[in-house]
Amino acid sequence: MLRVEGLRSAYGRIEAIKGVGLEVRAGEIVALIGANGAGKTTLLRAISGVQPITAGTILFEGERIETLPPHARVARGIAQVPEGRQVFGPLTVEDNLLLGAFRRGAEHAAEGLDQVYALFPVLAEKRRLPAAGLSGGQQQMLAIGRALMSRPSLLLLDEPSMGLAPLLVDQILEVVAGLRARGLTVLLVEQNAAAALAIADRGYVLETGRVTHEGEARALLRDPRLREAYLGV
Amino acid sequence: MDQLLQFVFSGLTVGAVYALVALGFTLIYNASDVINFAQGEFVMLGGMVTVFAHAAGVPLPLAALLAIVVAVATGLAVHRFAIEPARGANAVTLIIITIGASILIRGLAQIMFDKQFHRFPAFSGEDPIAVLGASILPQSLWVLGGAAVIVAALWLFMERTLLGKAVRATAANRLAARLVGIDTTLVLALAFGVSGAIGALAGILVTPITLTSVTVGTLLALKGFAAAMLGGIGNPVGAVAGGLVLGLLEALAAGFLSSTYKDAVAFVVIIAVLFVLPQGLFGKRAVERV
Ligand SMILES: Nc1ncnc2c1ncn2[C@@H]1O[C@H](COP(=O)(O)OP(=O)(O)O)[C@@H](O)[C@H]1O
Ligand SMILES: [Mg+2]
Repeated sequence: MLRVEGLRSAYGRIEAIKGVGLEVRAGEIVALIGANGAGKTTLLRAISGVQPITAGTILFEGERIETLPPHARVARGIAQVPEGRQVFGPLTVEDNLLLGAFRRGAEHAAEGLDQVYALFPVLAEKRRLPAAGLSGGQQQMLAIGRALMSRPSLLLLDEPSMGLAPLLVDQILEVVAGLRARGLTVLLVEQNAAAALAIADRGYVLETGRVTHEGEARALLRDPRLREAYLGV
Repeated sequence: MDQLLQFVFSGLTVGAVYALVALGFTLIYNASDVINFAQGEFVMLGGMVTVFAHAAGVPLPLAALLAIVVAVATGLAVHRFAIEPARGANAVTLIIITIGASILIRGLAQIMFDKQFHRFPAFSGEDPIAVLGASILPQSLWVLGGAAVIVAALWLFMERTLLGKAVRATAANRLAARLVGIDTTLVLALAFGVSGAIGALAGILVTPITLTSVTVGTLLALKGFAAAMLGGIGNPVGAVAGGLVLGLLEALAAGFLSSTYKDAVAFVVIIAVLFVLPQGLFGKRAVERV
């Protein structure tokens, strides 16, 4: 479904990703793990088209998309839940969700709203409130709901557990695991490697802009080098 | 008392124009962080194109419509040919680009029109209406009513339509706006177009009272900017309030001090806001944006 090859991207003269390749197959949950500053966010931003690249290709459903503007990538079915949630603070919860369906038009939005509210009932309660007033966990639900409103086939999630209480982390990751049953494919970025690999099929490890390990999630969980570096055991 | 009321009427009338200019600033600033100093030229075009089209025999409503079209096209052209090619440049560079654009627009207008002051007839007569011992021009009511309608229409667009919400989303968080599939370049073009239309309408409404010439844009841009700063830049409610307050301050300064100080008020306001309340009367945007 998604194949990234030789991708490079830089901030000024500092190269943040240095020739990354990875693949996500339809129906998979793929975890992308790595320390702070490894380049995970840069990679997701490049896939969505909001970060310029200097080399490499991005194939989505067999077609090259690396020259398309971000909105065209959303229209093709790639949605992202960005790092730090990035909700539209002054706008209401419902407006945030409706804007998630911006490319599909208002007439398709109602059905999507029902589904998101079923997934996160607390958002339905707060639909008329400004998103800035939600708690961190609720904002994360809103960010996920907003991304789902575009009816994506591929969902990119950037550290959805960041800054959340452990109970909420489990709840969010459970929802992510459940999305696969709805036919979604997921690329999940996490620093919380154990939790991410636990729900993933496969995983990649990124270190200073390069993929250093890849494989079945279960195999990565058992890899002694990774256990020491990322799993804290 | 009636003298004070008289100053209030004239202050609110020019204040409404400043408010509309400030709204144009706000729209573009929110979509892009660009402070568009060509904003005053849209007001100039609104008045001047109407004057010359009307003088050439075009009926006034059609002449006004033509002026709006010209200002919108000019706004879109500034975005397409001056702002868009400099995408990613820092804010100061972009501001200088808009100043350059305003000089170019004024220069072209000087070639096409002339350097004289002009007006066209007021929409519903020139006879002042007596109100509580003071008098108000019917055209002043047109200015105030027109400004109110424009503000209400803009508010409805921003709050009630998906496109308007997309503009607000772009202002709130540009990265997230791009990630949900909003074409933020198009939103900025829209902001320039709408700012052009608002500016032109302000120029059309006020020209029968204040007269117009190709050079009125510079001072209007500065005053609109002062009004936007006063209200807290980026805040549309603040822009309207800031415009009205600035207009009132000017009218009171002109009335009770001397009309020579009138234009200094805007500069005093800019400096005072910078020193005393850098977020403006209504601002907290600067905090929100971080
Ligand atoms: N806006 C930026 N400007 C300059 N350097 C940046 C910027 N964002 C990230 N970087 C640098 O790029 C590298 C990768 O960052 P990032 O992709 O955010 O990593 P991760 O998401 O894995 O923590 C880091 O060295 C970081 O300092
Ligand atoms: Mg990151």
